[in-house]
Amino acid sequence: MPSRVEPGRVTRRDLLGAAGLWTAGLAILGSLVGLMRLPIQRVLPEASDRFKLGSPEEFPPGSSKVLQDQQVLVMSTQEGIAVLSMVCTHLGCVVSYSGDGFTCPCHGSRFGPLGDVSAGPAPRALKWLEISLAPNGKLVADKGREVEPGSFFQARGKA
Amino acid sequence: MSEQNMQAMWRNTLALPGNLFRSIVRHGRPDSARARSQAVFSNLFLHIHSTRIHHRTLRFSTTADLGAISASLFLILTGTGIFLMVYYKPSVDGAYDSIKDIHYVIPTGRLTRNIHRWAAHLMVLSVILHMCRVFFTASYKKPREFNWLVGMGLLVVTLALSFTGYLLPWDQLAYWAITIGANIAASPRELTDALGMTAWFDPGGFTREMLLGASEVGPEALIRFNLLHCVILPIAAVVLLGVHFWRIRKDGGLGRPHQEVTPAGKGAAVSQQAGPAPVSTDSANKTWGLMALVPGRSPAADIEPSETVPAWPYLLRAELLVFMGTMLLCLVLGIFFDAPLKVLADPVHPENPAKAPWYFLGLQELVSYSAFVGGLFIPAVTVVGLGLVPYLDREKEPAGIYLDGAHNKRIALHSALFGTLCAVLAVAIPVNFGWLRDWFPGVPQLFIILFNPGTLLTAAYVAWSLRVAGRTGSTRSSAIALFTCFLMGFIILTYVGTELRGPNWDFYWSRSDWPVH
Ligand code: HEM
Ligand code: FES
Repeated sequence: MPSRVEPGRVTRRDLLGAAGLWTAGLAILGSLVGLMRLPIQRVLPEASDRFKLGSPEEFPPGSSKVLQDQQVLVMSTQEGIAVLSMVCTHLGCVVSYSGDGFTCPCHGSRFGPLGDVSAGPAPRALKWLEISLAPNGKLVADKGREVEPGSFFQARGKA
Repeated sequence: MSEQNMQAMWRNTLALPGNLFRSIVRHGRPDSARARSQAVFSNLFLHIHSTRIHHRTLRFSTTADLGAISASLFLILTGTGIFLMVYYKPSVDGAYDSIKDIHYVIPTGRLTRNIHRWAAHLMVLSVILHMCRVFFTASYKKPREFNWLVGMGLLVVTLALSFTGYLLPWDQLAYWAITIGANIAASPRELTDALGMTAWFDPGGFTREMLLGASEVGPEALIRFNLLHCVILPIAAVVLLGVHFWRIRKDGGLGRPHQEVTPAGKGAAVSQQAGPAPVSTDSANKTWGLMALVPGRSPAADIEPSETVPAWPYLLRAELLVFMGTMLLCLVLGIFFDAPLKVLADPVHPENPAKAPWYFLGLQELVSYSAFVGGLFIPAVTVVGLGLVPYLDREKEPAGIYLDGAHNKRIALHSALFGTLCAVLAVAIPVNFGWLRDWFPGVPQLFIILFNPGTLLTAAYVAWSLRVAGRTGSTRSSAIALFTCFLMGFIILTYVGTELRGPNWDFYWSRSDWPVH
């Protein structure tokens, strides 16, 4: 009777058989795992996140303008310029702007004039996008980069 | 060639049709019980049935035909789906136009599309009802636990099929439903954001990227959804259905009262008790197959031969009847009601309100408090909880009887009332009085994730079923309480999401109160 104390003899055949089985199993598993990398893209097939806003003079302080195609609001105050993403932070619907705030049509999130959540399920404030000045003096915003809400961009100071 | 050979050739040619037929169908006319059994077990497609079934199986009250209806709908969907694929172009530029062509130009295209759409809705409904029938008749009990799990897999695959199909027309309805769905897949971010760890651990973003192949719904997403809808999920469904049907046979047919599962070899002893049945005399002729010879748990097929009938023709006839009935229903719906097609998808202007398909509107209602809880946490708890039912409730109870015993009927009734009340409150309180953020504007997000109408509703249901468990000391009663509560919650929330929510997800008693814009 083989037991833990006196294990039965493992024959060469058993050992080789087991080794073969495990090798086959691991090879199949390994190649499957390797293949699963295929659906994960290295580079996302998308247009650049950066887009031109125009020259600073187009946004006089006190004005605000919705750029529908880019789904952003450009807001200009005495403190500077800000670009707010109009993509709802809840589940990605496009919010609408009404001067004193934003409303989302999908599940009723509401945001204040500076993008802070005032009601509804949105977990966080609307994104403030990074702004920079291109060499030709035009403003450029980047949907891929966020800045702290409340950080206005001073174009005039540099110009 | 010799004269003899010529004659043989001639004879064989004349006998060809008969020989061809007999080489395929290897039994005589199915008029004896023996030939009827053979007709079933010698046919690859039919042998998924037992050769004999308990006569209870054929009663409408046993199954309400819901499994067979679901299977019929799956066949109808496969058939119509293949025809739709002849013209459908899975590209952002082609999809919408090709659906328009199918709808307005191609002969029978509109009817095919309508039937496909209606059958899809009906299948979700019939699969859910089938699950309820299996649950309330306690048919998930040993030895059927595994088939219940396979059923859960089928439920998920059915929902996934409907959901992926939703994107394919590439109209406004499709685009925004899928945008919301994909962001729900990314909603673990709500939690990881609140815990401040999204930067290095972002399962939500990863899932969405796998699903969409991009960070927005676009061409890559359409290709992936098309692949899932037309290839991967149908194959998964066929495999699971094969296992599901085969398991029914192996588990001894449908669950029925006073059924004993006999270990292998004891079948003979039991069949001696059988009364004077025309059937048991035939048993000697009938092969029960290898299963009786190998050790281990074997099908309990031979327990009550006196109460069985041959599957051919009784079961097959019933199945054909159900199929024809289902087909008729789809046809009538398809002739009179068109499948919707809105305007071309517009990524800049969402629909208002943007609603998911009806069976997800209960979840959308919960999502409108917290995306993570409504879209991921509660569905996951529901699926895992449902899957555990047959493993946690192992009380021996006769299967096949709806809510066995007066006390279980009472528990189901009370749970239905409790479940309804809680669900109504979970909608009425936030609608009338607002929720945490309206009372304490600065509450941290983590707090809202933990305490929102969805989590509280779930907690109330679980507490209720634990109370029932404590009072009755019965896991079956407690399972009934939980299942009934969730069912009522699902119904109420789905109704609210479908009928009572309008633009901006505001509450309206009727569609006619919606603001016009
Ligand atoms: C695509 C979806 C499904 C199809 C086509 C299907 C089909 C069937 C059919 C034809 C039967 C025979 C009895 C009857 O008609 O009721 C059956 C039985 C059964 N189904 Fe399903 N089913 C599906 C989904 C499910 C789901 C979601 C569950 C539960 C989670 C489930 C669990 C069971 C169990 C446990 C049985 C055995 C019942 C008994 O012994 O009485 N099935 N199914
Ligand atoms: S997507 Fe804006 S509230 Fe849900």
